[in-house]
Amino acid sequence: MTWRDLQTQMAKTGYVASDDLSVALHLAISLGRPLLLEGAAGVGKTEVARTLAELRSTELVRLQCYEGLDAAQAIYEWNYQRQLLAIRAAAEDGETGAAVENRIFSREYLLERPLLAAITKDTPPVLLIDEVDRADEEFEAYLLEILSDFQITVPEIGTIEAKSRPIVILTCNGTRDLSDALRRRCLYTYVEYPDAATELAILNARKPGLNQRLAQQIIGFVQKLREEELEKVPGIAETLDFAAALSGLGLSDLSEDPAALQHALVALLKTQSDQASITTEIAQRIAGKAA
Amino acid sequence: MSRVTKFAARDSGPAARVAGFAAHLRANGLRLGSAETALAMDALAAMDSFAPDDCRRALRAVCVGCRDEDEQFDALFDAYWMDMGRVRTRVIPVPPQRGSDDVHSSRDAEGEASGGAGSATAPDGGDGEADSDGEGKLIATEVRNLSRRDLRDLVRPEEIAEAERVARRLGAALRDRRSRRRIAARKGDRLHFRKTIRRSLASGGEPLHLVKRRRPDRTRKIVALCDVSGSMSVYAQVFLAFVAGLMRADPLADAYLFHTRLVRITETLRDKDAMRAIGRMSLMADGFGGGSKIGFCLDRFASTYARRFVDGRSVVMILSDGYDTGAPDQMRDALGTLRKRGCKIIWLNPLKGWKDYEPVTAGMSAALPHLDLFQSANTLDDLAALEAELTRL
Repeated sequence: MTWRDLQTQMAKTGYVASDDLSVALHLAISLGRPLLLEGAAGVGKTEVARTLAELRSTELVRLQCYEGLDAAQAIYEWNYQRQLLAIRAAAEDGETGAAVENRIFSREYLLERPLLAAITKDTPPVLLIDEVDRADEEFEAYLLEILSDFQITVPEIGTIEAKSRPIVILTCNGTRDLSDALRRRCLYTYVEYPDAATELAILNARKPGLNQRLAQQIIGFVQKLREEELEKVPGIAETLDFAAALSGLGLSDLSEDPAALQHALVALLKTQSDQASITTEIAQRIAGKAA
Repeated sequence: MSRVTKFAARDSGPAARVAGFAAHLRANGLRLGSAETALAMDALAAMDSFAPDDCRRALRAVCVGCRDEDEQFDALFDAYWMDMGRVRTRVIPVPPQRGSDDVHSSRDAEGEASGGAGSATAPDGGDGEADSDGEGKLIATEVRNLSRRDLRDLVRPEEIAEAERVARRLGAALRDRRSRRRIAARKGDRLHFRKTIRRSLASGGEPLHLVKRRRPDRTRKIVALCDVSGSMSVYAQVFLAFVAGLMRADPLADAYLFHTRLVRITETLRDKDAMRAIGRMSLMADGFGGGSKIGFCLDRFASTYARRFVDGRSVVMILSDGYDTGAPDQMRDALGTLRKRGCKIIWLNPLKGWKDYEPVTAGMSAALPHLDLFQSANTLDDLAALEAELTRL
């Protein structure tokens, strides 16, 4: 499969990927390397993984990172309560200490968290490590072993080798600087906001029934809006919501009803100061330019 | 400024050329190891086409590691493969230049200049600007001062050692932020199951000894922004020594200089030789002692570096007199944005120490609502006295 094929297949499932992104994905799959996607919020980084899983009809294992995430929640944890019960039960049956120990430190008592789950699947899943920059630097160190060797070491059991190599996609949006060691192990692509043509293609793929004239106006409007001084620039998900809001309000032309347009802006502008800065006049001016 | 190379025609085969490309990228500051070179070859092999654009995309995915590099990549690719560079000639290596004070410390331990006079960064003479400031003319100027000043003239090694001590104490005062990650401890608010059960094996499965988990204290990160504009030059000595000391004492700290531009000096100041570090810094702070655009610089900081380096555990320390030529709104907005990152903002203003000083300058009064602490500081002793205030923060 060439990267062009991958791009067309992804487009069929409703994800319009740029050339750079398609090549990077193609390489990530064929070289078995993790892919690090960086970009502003709402440009479709997470969606890449979901589409890829759908395309290859495999499972998507998702690990959402947050500050304070540690190995117990990301990789594995012993099922302590169950172990405790087993010890109690064994004491009553008169089992020997060594036998109990062997039993309670077996795979049966191991709770699989996303990273361990991903490497023990029979068919290679897509592993999405979302917003990796939110996790602490210490967590990156855990990731390194998994991303380079696809193996996890549990001191009580030994090293668990991957049954199949998952396709790993990491996303980050610059909350903190990632370590060079992690960046080195990954292929890298910066995902930009899409240009007008791409965004129109996305809108058409996701909202097939939309009036073409309105669709073009919406894209024109959003593209112009991104040039304004905003705290939170609207992403693609916001564009889709905006389109849904407009068609829900029964508009077929942006300049038709200024009040309705202003109401629909709640789908695009997500902070109080952004909403205050885009007044009805400004919205109309932008709509006028977009038409 | 990108250094240009292209592949030499005598290079045999693609492997040598790809290796040459990796070397070319390395020479231009991209961080690549030999493993990446091998990976680049694999990537090219995995692409079925050898169209230049496909190769460009494949190599981009492999070689680039962050956004800055992503932006540079096209130019670097063109320079090497598209015949826009020139073959780097391997001539007899030029002996390293002597007497240049860009890199080497030209002072001995006592802080006396050991080299000859007349270098490009010669400190200002006795009748120059260095002494003409500080007469109470508190006018913010807009011009960049083009005459270069050597910061080494201002800062002495013994002061840096003293500042290092002060910085350590301030750092210790700030060290009070609870982590979210729990560690095992004798006293704590939650049970540490793993340890408790491990211990219980010794007592026949009976968990006699309960191990707890608690949240440890985490260090805070200090981010220092030092104003080196003309109006601040009287105080620059103290503040620069402090910043230099801070960087040497605290491996997490981050430092910036600003006047009409903002310069990150963190890496520069992490030099083992303190005076060499200051020497480099004076080269970077070209325009030192000129005008000040505080609002603009803070805005720059808030929208670029702060996004990467400032988080809820940071304390942003602004060392400035607040005399700004820009609009006060800009300063307020910048501090507002910065604040939203969850950090604490401290403003140390040398003028606040003056009798009857009121923060009436438009910029300063715009900034006040966003500050967690607004204090005076003229000398290292003043900075040391902040310890108590910082503990309360």
